[in-house]
Amino acid sequence: MRSLNFGYAISHPRAIDMDNNDLRKSRAIIEEMPELQACISCGSCTASCTAGNITNFNFRKLHTSVRRGEYKGAYEELNKCMLCGKCRLVCPRGINTRGLIMLIKRKLGDF
Amino acid sequence: MKRTSWQEYQKDIAADKYYYARSCIRQNFFPGSEKAFLDILSKDLGVDIFDDPLHTSCTGIGYHSDVVPLETIMTVVARQFALMAEAGYENFVSSCITSFGIYNEILNTWEEFPETEERTRKYLKEATGRELVKPRTIAHTSDIMFYHRHEIARRAKHRLINALTGEPLRVVEHIGCHYAKIFPKSGIGGSEFPYVLAGMIESWGGNVVDYPERRHCCGFGFRNYLVQANRGSSIANSHKKLESMSPYKPDFIVANCPGCTMFLDKWQYAIAEMDGTTYGADGKGIPVLTYEEMAGLVLGYDPWELGMQFHQVDVEPLLNKMGIEYEPEAKYLGKGGKYIGRPAPAAVNCEEARHIYEIRR
Amino acid sequence: MAHRVVIVGGGAAGIQTALELKSRGIEPIIVERDIELGGKARGWHKLFPLFTPAKDIIDPLIARLREERIRCFYGQEVTEIASDGVVLRSGERIPGDAVVVATGFTLFDAHRKQEYGYGLYDNVITSVDLERMMNSGRVVLTDGSEPRRIAFLHCVGSRDEKVDQKHCSKVCCITGVKQAIEIKQMFPDADVFNFYMDIRMYGPGYEELYRSAQQDYNIHFIRGRISEAAETINKRIQIKAEDTLTGRPLRMTVDMLVLLVGMSANYENKNLAQSAGIPLAPNGYFRTQDSFLGSVTCEREGIFFAGAATAPKSLADTLAEASLTASAVCNYIKVKYTK
Repeated sequence: MRSLNFGYAISHPRAIDMDNNDLRKSRAIIEEMPELQACISCGSCTASCTAGNITNFNFRKLHTSVRRGEYKGAYEELNKCMLCGKCRLVCPRGINTRGLIMLIKRKLGDF
Repeated sequence: MKRTSWQEYQKDIAADKYYYARSCIRQNFFPGSEKAFLDILSKDLGVDIFDDPLHTSCTGIGYHSDVVPLETIMTVVARQFALMAEAGYENFVSSCITSFGIYNEILNTWEEFPETEERTRKYLKEATGRELVKPRTIAHTSDIMFYHRHEIARRAKHRLINALTGEPLRVVEHIGCHYAKIFPKSGIGGSEFPYVLAGMIESWGGNVVDYPERRHCCGFGFRNYLVQANRGSSIANSHKKLESMSPYKPDFIVANCPGCTMFLDKWQYAIAEMDGTTYGADGKGIPVLTYEEMAGLVLGYDPWELGMQFHQVDVEPLLNKMGIEYEPEAKYLGKGGKYIGRPAPAAVNCEEARHIYEIRR
Repeated sequence: MAHRVVIVGGGAAGIQTALELKSRGIEPIIVERDIELGGKARGWHKLFPLFTPAKDIIDPLIARLREERIRCFYGQEVTEIASDGVVLRSGERIPGDAVVVATGFTLFDAHRKQEYGYGLYDNVITSVDLERMMNSGRVVLTDGSEPRRIAFLHCVGSRDEKVDQKHCSKVCCITGVKQAIEIKQMFPDADVFNFYMDIRMYGPGYEELYRSAQQDYNIHFIRGRISEAAETINKRIQIKAEDTLTGRPLRMTVDMLVLLVGMSANYENKNLAQSAGIPLAPNGYFRTQDSFLGSVTCEREGIFFAGAATAPKSLADTLAEASLTASAVCNYIKVKYTK
């Protein structure tokens, strides 16, 4: 393969690729905590998040991405959480969000 | 193919007496195609088409890349229409999809905002002394070819059929975004299942390939290719289309937009150089044709007269499939047998036998 | 002699209105365009939110109509309505002391959303097609195999200016949830995705069913409208949407795409309304006097409405409203003729 320098490269698609994403870890997380699927994306968790108010940590978006098989950077992102538990208090669907943070970290490891 | 929806979108296409507006890109990259269009219409079909030396670029590329203001392009467009009327025509035919979109958008803008039309009339009068007369019909050149497709089929010397196997050729058609995505009713078949090229392919014996990314843009996008740093997103779109169509093993691609034809052809070279991927069934590129070239081959025109040596991807494998006789040695000989130069070998191209002019040199 | 009321339409709304009127001593006459009674509910498999078989509702209604010997005209289209009767396409006039318009709705024609390829691609079906498949007891792809990945698309022909359907069809959200659960019950290993813009769970038990779909059935809800469907080389369906909750485009290939088609106003409403001199709402449905005490009446005395002729309604809402309509008709006749 030759490599001419064109000054640009083929951009990678930004789309979430549900055909090729490895959904096994996502399935394992949902299996362990089925109520996670009951999330209605109200954003209460993010709104009340101590970390989210001082960093760009967005828990709602993060666990949604993880469920779609987008794991890259999730583990590091979750390190921003202070485990204060406020999100669990406000969740209208009763999701154990604090537990979920530990669950995702455990399942993804250093993904 | 279970396409029925195209019949819902029909448009008024004139049968004769066309005023021809050329395309900037095509004059440079596919000059043979514009010539072939004029020849097919006037010589083969015997209809009246006027190629006016007075008309100019529509300035569409400048407009879409923010260097030509709206008032200016409106006045330029008004001048084209004025020239058409002065020449005694009322059916405007645009060779370019960008222009076609612009003509339609401007006519609609004048309709919706009459004050813009009045202003344009004034500017045109002041600048050129001409009067704006709006066309009775406006069509793209592919519409005209579609309109005459049965007549062309009757005169066919070759059909879109593999001469060796007797099977119909598998043809990918690509429609320029501004053909029907701005105004679905301006295109034959609407925007989702345009029939303008599919209709030609089917009536000349080929099979249309409906692949998942058929409706996706080629990535041309003006600003996206004009600025080198943005070309990555431009090429990514053609890349996506080529990846999506290659499992269908298309024999060739035909497009009705100058930019799409150019990019689907030339990006194949760039992709092959960048990551080594080629998309043709033979491990080379997939030939990309204009609809005039497709019609020209069907009518028995010489491929080099059609300007097919200007392509990035070699068309010889397609010519061989169709059983078209041609002189391989004449490929890079221009008018009067003058050698016009040849591109360096590339992964998408055939490493064909040495040409006579190389020996001469 | 009993007063006579002409009911236009023999679906759930018309039948229930007729039965209620009959029980109050009024003689109803049903004029049905189709050759059978039962309307759109006929042929439906199960009803939300309790998975009640549709025939358990419709069959007894039709049976009671027969028992009560209520007169029905079949295969007759009404072309004109007035407060004292209707005119059929044949020109025949059926007089009455009041008229009830129970003409229902038209299913949105999914062909009109060309980008989804309904009618072109084998495994793109509508929610109605799916009910029929479930009724036949066999939900399969066109090659006879079982679907392993199914997507439902909400709001097809609803909330969509592009097809002149600006209103919400009200029942598709819960239908999508119901059908997704039914698919999961049939194929527990299948992955089911519902693409929605909003989930509107307005009725009793609906929200609970939605939650059960999420939590108990592991149905994936992705917020975003599918923008395009295309067929792949092996006859699967490639779809594109935005996962608006992560803010990224999303693409996937499914075995079957189910379009949850909405309710459109009948095309004939225009002529009927014109003949009666009554207005239509901007979305083409009949306009009622108001949404409160005048929800089954219009400006013209003697003309009443029941069911989805005035707005998209569920079968439950339709049946409840039909009783209200009958009561309003009774009051009208009592005031007008008992002097």
